[in-house]
Order: sequence, then structure tokens, then C-alpha cells
Amino acid sequence: MSGGRKKLVEVRNLKMHFPIVGGLLRRQVGAVKAVDDVTFDIYEGETLGVVGESGCGKSTCGRAVLRLYDITAGSIKIDGTEIGKMSQTQLRKLRPTMQMVFQDPQACLNPRMTVAAIIAEPLEEHGKLSGKDRLNRVYELMDAVGLNRNFANRYPHAFSGGQRQRIGIARALALNPKFIVCDEPIAALDVSIQAQVVNLLEELQDRFGLTYMFISHDLSMVKHIADRVAVMYLGKIVELAPREALYTNPLHPYTEALMSAVPEPDPAIEARVQRIILKGDVPSPANPPKGCNFCTRCPKVMDICHKIDPEFREIEPGHFVACHLHDATMPKTRTSADQTGAAPRPEHIQQGENA
Amino acid sequence: MFTYTLRRLAFAVPTVLVISLIVFLMLDMAPGDPTASLPLTIPPEVREQIRAALGLGEPVIVRYFRWLQMMAVTEPLHMIAAATGWDIAPAGPRILSWQTRSPVGDIIIQRIPQTLWVVGLGYLFGILIAVPIGVISAYKQYSWFDQIGTFVSMVGFSVPTFFTGVVFILIFSVWLGWFPSMYDTTLRVTDWDSFMRQVRQIVMPVAVLALFNASQISRFMRASMLDNLNQDYVRTARAKGLREQTVVLVHVLRNSMIPVVTVIAIGIPTVFTGAIITEQIFRVNGLGDALIRAIYVSDWPMVQTITFIFAILIVLFNLIADVLYGILDPRIRYD
Repeated sequence: MSGGRKKLVEVRNLKMHFPIVGGLLRRQVGAVKAVDDVTFDIYEGETLGVVGESGCGKSTCGRAVLRLYDITAGSIKIDGTEIGKMSQTQLRKLRPTMQMVFQDPQACLNPRMTVAAIIAEPLEEHGKLSGKDRLNRVYELMDAVGLNRNFANRYPHAFSGGQRQRIGIARALALNPKFIVCDEPIAALDVSIQAQVVNLLEELQDRFGLTYMFISHDLSMVKHIADRVAVMYLGKIVELAPREALYTNPLHPYTEALMSAVPEPDPAIEARVQRIILKGDVPSPANPPKGCNFCTRCPKVMDICHKIDPEFREIEPGHFVACHLHDATMPKTRTSADQTGAAPRPEHIQQGENA
Repeated sequence: MFTYTLRRLAFAVPTVLVISLIVFLMLDMAPGDPTASLPLTIPPEVREQIRAALGLGEPVIVRYFRWLQMMAVTEPLHMIAAATGWDIAPAGPRILSWQTRSPVGDIIIQRIPQTLWVVGLGYLFGILIAVPIGVISAYKQYSWFDQIGTFVSMVGFSVPTFFTGVVFILIFSVWLGWFPSMYDTTLRVTDWDSFMRQVRQIVMPVAVLALFNASQISRFMRASMLDNLNQDYVRTARAKGLREQTVVLVHVLRNSMIPVVTVIAIGIPTVFTGAIITEQIFRVNGLGDALIRAIYVSDWPMVQTITFIFAILIVLFNLIADVLYGILDPRIRYD
């Protein structure tokens, strides 16, 4: 689908582990593997949707891609520049190209700064505009996101949730970024405002040629805005595919379960929908199960799933999945594994180790 | 905001009046007699005459209103007259100290500069030490700096000033001989030499007060910083690509200062009362010293007046703290 286009963001084997400290001397006793070995690309001008249930590492992944965390391992290339191991000081100069819209519009704006000051601050830090030009730019941005210019000197608490999110978007746009991570920008808003904000984001994308990484747990919203969708489960991407392919033909059992959970507006169809109800809870990211992360809840689990972590590979052009069911190198896995629990072939052990 | 302040000031008047009545009545009903310290050889009828001469012959309510009138009108006018040289001081009687027979207002005027210098500097240095310690402690939470800072502030907070004061005297005056143990109020700063002597004698009382105040304020500062450092808007500031210095000092510190500034404002009058002990230890003849001496000799007019001044300060600084909160935090508006 987007084969010939330029890759703006290339993420390879990204890992973000948070240390768990304990004991009297506060030694590290473990790690929460919030993002564990994630690989994906985002093409210029597209929207990559990232979906998954709460706690699966979507937000951490988004923040890690922008290096708001010091990542544990992996490489991140944005517009050809490797930023995975860059120091925060060097990163500051690159911040204008990559921005973020945060989840909670209430908390993410400094309560003691006026809207004008919030939007103008990145311009002061990175731009060379004089005071008057800067104010004009602030007004321009407020117009772009549909905020009344007269509100420039008000404080964030004086705005509604939707308006605050617009402030957040204007702030992110201030430096003409190429790439914006939208971290559940609509989760804290009611449905009518969600539509407004999503439409605004789409409109801005067309106008300024933006590239989005759109993190959400709202599957229908992602279907609406995203060109390609990545499904995350317990710190890993289990499936990554163009929107149509993913929604009509989900390959991974977890994606199937997720898709079957989307509410159907037509009650006649809704009554006949067969939902796949997953049993049990998401395992702790501090102690993920051996083998495939999903093996504890997968309705189609096989013996091999408990032993080997499936590799994330391209099944169809542009359609990646990490599941032993779709293992092209092991054509009869499904039946043999179902019946006999056949031992994996040697190449799988290697793949499992590599993964 | 302005109307709010006016309304609060109007409400403060009855509060202060009730406090003045309670203070007056409590001292009036307290056991002890202003003539008790006079020689026992004085016959009872002379004693009665002395009491009458002190104005104790009249009913308590009459004495209260007379004191109140002098406290509210006569004494302030005398103070203004003394300060500006205008001829506005009324002729009538003034609140007289029973021990010295001189007007209480004059004594307080004499005493205030010492208290302001010692206590004020102690508080100022306390704040100046506390804010950076609190900021660094919070920014590097659980580091060695934080552990030591937390420990020192815990010690400074839990050890009373009458103990630290004596320890300071023992170490720096008795053993090391660096600083004098007594504060000499008669010292006039005229040249470099006398200035250095003034510095040397003020170091210890200021240090004792600064340590105590700093340990309190640095705890508040640290807690407030920690509260704000994890807020989402700090991440936003980092995502904007601001310098770490700007993130911490502009975004986090400014927001953290809101509760701390009000704590500092509320703390100012308690510092005045708290200095009673420190002034006693270092023989600083300030307001606290005057209060303690007046209590010893049952000099009720003096005690009533100083206590009342403290009460006014507490009410006033509470109001200032509330108004400051409204100014600093745009989310809070009083009307």
C-alpha cells in the first residue's frame, strides 16, 4: 500500500524497560517490560494507528519513539537521523520536527501560564521570531485549531476539555513539526468533541502534510483516521497491517478478539455477532509468560506457543503478524501442533532465540 | 480580589476585638499581683493605694475599654508622631508599663529593631537555604544529597531552638571562642570594625533561627516539587524541547512555590513568637525578651499589648497568605 513512499520514522527492536527497585538498599529486582522489542515504520504523510487494551504499552511506545524516555535498547530513526542513543541536549534541537499531543488535556498544560504563553514558549526556545511576529504566529495557530483569538490571555482552567485539547494541538503545531505522536488525544473527551478533534487532526494533516502516530483504544476511531494499524499486546506489536486488511481479515487471534468487541450500530446484526471473549487477565509485563505473550489467553493456543516466542514477520505484502498460526516456514504447524504438539523445527528455535 | 481583601479586612476587625477581650480578661483573671514583687514590709493599705494608682480600682470592663481606646487610637498616633515628627500625638494618658512607668508603645518601638534584625534575618536566611535544598532534594530524590538534606531538616525541625542555641554557645563561644554569647544592643555600627563586631554577635541567633525555619520550609519545598515534577505538564515542557533548567526552574518551581509562599507568609508571625526563646538565650533585648520579662513581674499592660500585637500579626499574615494564593494561582479567584 505504501511501499514506494518515504519512511519518516523507522523503529527497530525498541525496548523500554522500567526498573523495579525494592529492598532496603533499593536495588533493582526486576523490570516492567512496557515495550519489548517493537519494530515498525511510519511513512511520510500517513497515520499509523496503535491500538491495544489498557496497559499494553501503547503510550510508553509513543513516548519512547519521541525519546521522552531514555530507551533501554533499539534504534529510532526520524527523517533519517538516528535518535535512539542521542543525549537529551542534542535531542532538544530536533524537538521541533517531532511533537506530541498528550492524553489528558487538563493535566498537560501548565496551570500558571496563559494560552498565549503556552503556545509561544516553543517559539521562544527554538524560533527567531520577534515579539510581535511571535504573537501573530500564536494567533495564526489559534485560528488553525479553531480557538478564538480573544482567549489568548486566559488560563487553561478557563477552557473546556475540547478547547484544551485544541490548545495542546496548537502548541504541538507551533514549530511546524513533521511527525506528531497523538497519545490518546480523544480519550478524555466526550463523543461529539472527539469527532471535532479527530476531524481537526485530519484537516491539519492535509494542510500541513503531517505524519501521525495515533495511539488509541477506540477501534472505530482508529479505523476512521488511520491508514495502517498496529495492534499491541503486553509490550509487543502482534499485528501490523493496512487498515482494510486488518479490519476485514485479522490474522492474529488477539486482533480477532479485539475486532469482535467493536460495537455494531445495527441491533439486528448486533444480536447475531459472535463475540470472542478472552478469559483471564493480561499477565504482568514484569513477568510475561514464556513463549508467546498471548499464550495464556489465546483461544487457538498450541503447544509451541508456550515454548517459542513467534517472530514478527510479513505474511502478505504490508501485513505483519507475530503468530505461529501463520508461520509460512512451517506449513503444517497448525494441524500437527493441534493434534500432537509436535516439536518445533530447528529453524524455529533459532528464530525464537533471535526474537 | 480587591473587594475580597476589603471584606476579609472588615471581618478581621471583630476577630481582633474578640482576641483583645480574651487576652485582657485572661490576664486580669490570672493569679498573681503586680504588687507581689514589692517588699513585704509595705502595709496592706499602702498596697491598696499602689493598686489604685496603677488603675486597678475600676471595674474590669471600664479598664478594658480604656485600654482598647488607648491601644487603637492613642498609641498608634504616638508611634506615627514619633516616626514622622508630626504634631498629632494626643495629650491624654497612655498605656503605662507597671515595671518602668514609661509608655508601653515607646518600649515596643525601642525593642522592634532588634527583633526585626535578628528574627527577620533568621527567617530570610532560612528561606534562602530552604528553597534550593528543597528543589535539589526533590530533583534528585533518594540521592545522597536528598538523604542528608532530609536528615538534617528532620533534626533541625525536631530539636528545639533552646537546645540548638545552647549547643551553639557551647561550641562556638565557649570552646572555639569565635562569637560572643551575648548580643550587645548598645553597639553602634560606625566603622568596619564595629560592623564586623555586629556581624559576629548576630551570627549565632540568626543561625539558630535559620536552621529551624529552613528545615521546616525545605520539607514543604521538597514535597511540593515532588508533587509537580511528575505532572503531565512537565512532560509537555520537555516535549517542547525546553532546556532542563527552564523545565525545572520555570515550570516546576513556579508551580511549586504556590503552597510554599503561603506557608512562608503564615509562618512570619509564629517566628516572632518563637523568637521569645532565642532572644532569651542570646540576650537580644527584642520584643520576645520584653514579653518574657513583663510576664515575670506581672506587668499586665505590657503583656496585653505585646500579645495583642502578635494576634494582629497572625490575623494579618493569614489574610496576606490567602491573598497571595489568589495572586499566584490563576485557578483561584476570590470575589
